[in-house]
Amino acid sequence: MISETSLEKLKILAGAAKYDVSCASSGTQRSNTKGGIGNASAWGICHSFAEDGRCISLLKIMLSNFCIYDCAYCINRKSNDIPRTFFTPEEIANLTIEFYRRNYIEGLFLSSGVLRNPDYTMERMVTVAKLLRTEHKYNGYIHLKAIPGASEQLIADAGKWADRLSVNIEIPTENNLKLLAPDKDFRSVLEPMKIISTGILQAKEERQKYRNAPKFSPSGQSTQLIIGATNDTDRTILKLSSALYSKRDLKRVYYSGYIPVNSYDNRLPALNTPPLRREHRLYQADWLLRFYGFKANEIVNAENPNLDLELDPKVTWALRNPHLFPVDINKADPLMLLRIPGIGTHSVQLILLARKHTRLNSSHLQKMGVVMKRARFFITCNELRSQNVQELKPEIVRQLLLEKKAIGTDDAIQLKLFNPVMPALGQ
Amino acid sequence: MNVFSFDNTFEGLLTLVFDSYQQKRFPDEILSGEGSQPVLFASTNTIETDDRKAERVWNGIVKHSSEENAHRIYRVFLADLPDTPKLLVKYIRLIIDSNKNEETNFSEPVVVEFNKLHQKVCREAHRINGFVRFQKTVEGSYYASFAPMYDVLPLCIPHFRDRFADQQWIIYDLKRNYGFWYDLKNVSRVVFDDLKVNPQNGQLHSSLLADDEKLFQQLWKQYYHSICIQERKNDKVHRQLLPQRFWKYLPEKGFHSL
Repeated sequence: MISETSLEKLKILAGAAKYDVSCASSGTQRSNTKGGIGNASAWGICHSFAEDGRCISLLKIMLSNFCIYDCAYCINRKSNDIPRTFFTPEEIANLTIEFYRRNYIEGLFLSSGVLRNPDYTMERMVTVAKLLRTEHKYNGYIHLKAIPGASEQLIADAGKWADRLSVNIEIPTENNLKLLAPDKDFRSVLEPMKIISTGILQAKEERQKYRNAPKFSPSGQSTQLIIGATNDTDRTILKLSSALYSKRDLKRVYYSGYIPVNSYDNRLPALNTPPLRREHRLYQADWLLRFYGFKANEIVNAENPNLDLELDPKVTWALRNPHLFPVDINKADPLMLLRIPGIGTHSVQLILLARKHTRLNSSHLQKMGVVMKRARFFITCNELRSQNVQELKPEIVRQLLLEKKAIGTDDAIQLKLFNPVMPALGQ
Repeated sequence: MNVFSFDNTFEGLLTLVFDSYQQKRFPDEILSGEGSQPVLFASTNTIETDDRKAERVWNGIVKHSSEENAHRIYRVFLADLPDTPKLLVKYIRLIIDSNKNEETNFSEPVVVEFNKLHQKVCREAHRINGFVRFQKTVEGSYYASFAPMYDVLPLCIPHFRDRFADQQWIIYDLKRNYGFWYDLKNVSRVVFDDLKVNPQNGQLHSSLLADDEKLFQQLWKQYYHSICIQERKNDKVHRQLLPQRFWKYLPEKGFHSL
């Protein structure tokens, strides 16, 4: 059933799925079963990289690109005149297994346009996951999109077979969502999210009592927000993300710079290029929320509702709070070390271990991978007394950091000309 | 000048460390394997690999640091670079000569250098886990070949063994001319003299491929191109994450016209 004709279908249905940025295959550690195929690696594995620099870990595909909805930002909206097709659940399962056996992929990420109604669509997607797990004895990774409006029972079924479920919010405020996607409202999106997070929580509690209780979406749930299709500020976006992390226990919020796929629709802004820089800053801010102990209102607030595009959000925060610096590398507690610009989670670990042996100086820090160009304004350590942010004033430090990027030293020029610093995508 | 030579096995290197301590003479230069050039005007101390001596050094490392550190030393050994043995001897001496556990002392240059190399080896192994591409053969088994920068296949085998437990496979290192074969029960080390593989792309001779193998390579290539967002093309990041040296072995990067 997989034949030459599958090539065209694959082209359409992978092309239709590409705007979903999530590609994580991490979060589940599962060994193979006897006689089965596949396992899940907790760290995730990238199997290739597309020419846009994004990791290809999963067979990311739509079951069908027919859709009864008409969302303004979506390539698959029903009013678009594009080639439409679908795979049967068996075809998707087969393709997944064949790709998996050749080590092309880490698993399947299945999404779909809404066919007939949400339940009909969700049921077909659950069928794929069930086929893989039971018929093919497949233990690899499965990510299913939960279709907004699908019934609780179907979402519960999906969670039994899948490693991760996700519902895309896409538009961060309800008014704008209703404007651009008249068939959707926040309820239809947030309701399945709530069902999933309750399911995950219950399964966790069950498993504390009975070790063999079934898992439910063990790798959690994620969502995606489109950036730049509406006038929502970074503050709105980050407050939403932070609430999703704390209240719904989401594993990831993905940010997708808006690409004008339907440029004829005048409800949407006319953009020449996707807002990649803003997307990159949002990912950095998201990292600060998840790994660096920052609160959303420390990163953006009423006076600064949008992220600084020129400097990363940690530097911007530090420049707004010069009274907290300089920090003594040899004494400060881990949480404060994490807040120093130019020092990441890895460097903090190394510093904590190494300072038990020796009093650290700047050359130690450099060797450990601390970005001294940024860090030196915010620290004191053994043998380093360059001028810090308090002595220089934040505005000056800001200028120095920007100059370093633009002209600065010869090194910086080289970097700029031959090695432009590109926004790296979150993994 | 103290010149030592050993058989380029991990046990050999640990034996070398043992003998150095016993003779109270430490190497200035280490020759490994058969192909290495002798150093002029110096007599070479040839090490005879001894598993018992090796084990004592291994235990010493574990005692002075941790078991994980001993495994790290093994992984760094697999970097298989000309200077690796010297770096390792220096590192092992630091560990053994100190009463404290020095493995976390990142103010020591040798500790930093060791950990950097460790990271590189692990990254290469992780890449191989991802970039290996099996070709299905007429017999129904799966074959993949590669030329890893470091000798990392031994580190990848447990992963493939667990994941592909229900299919026979071979993963072959074309650079070092050896590989591993899994026969549904055991994994064994194999060396082929007359491998019908195109060294330019690691592809088996087409007479050995299963009927639908070319179709799936084509499907994968189609998928690879369809999933890219043209508006976001980013060649620099692309090359950083998928180094060019891997391209020739990847069907999606087009090693043959489809």
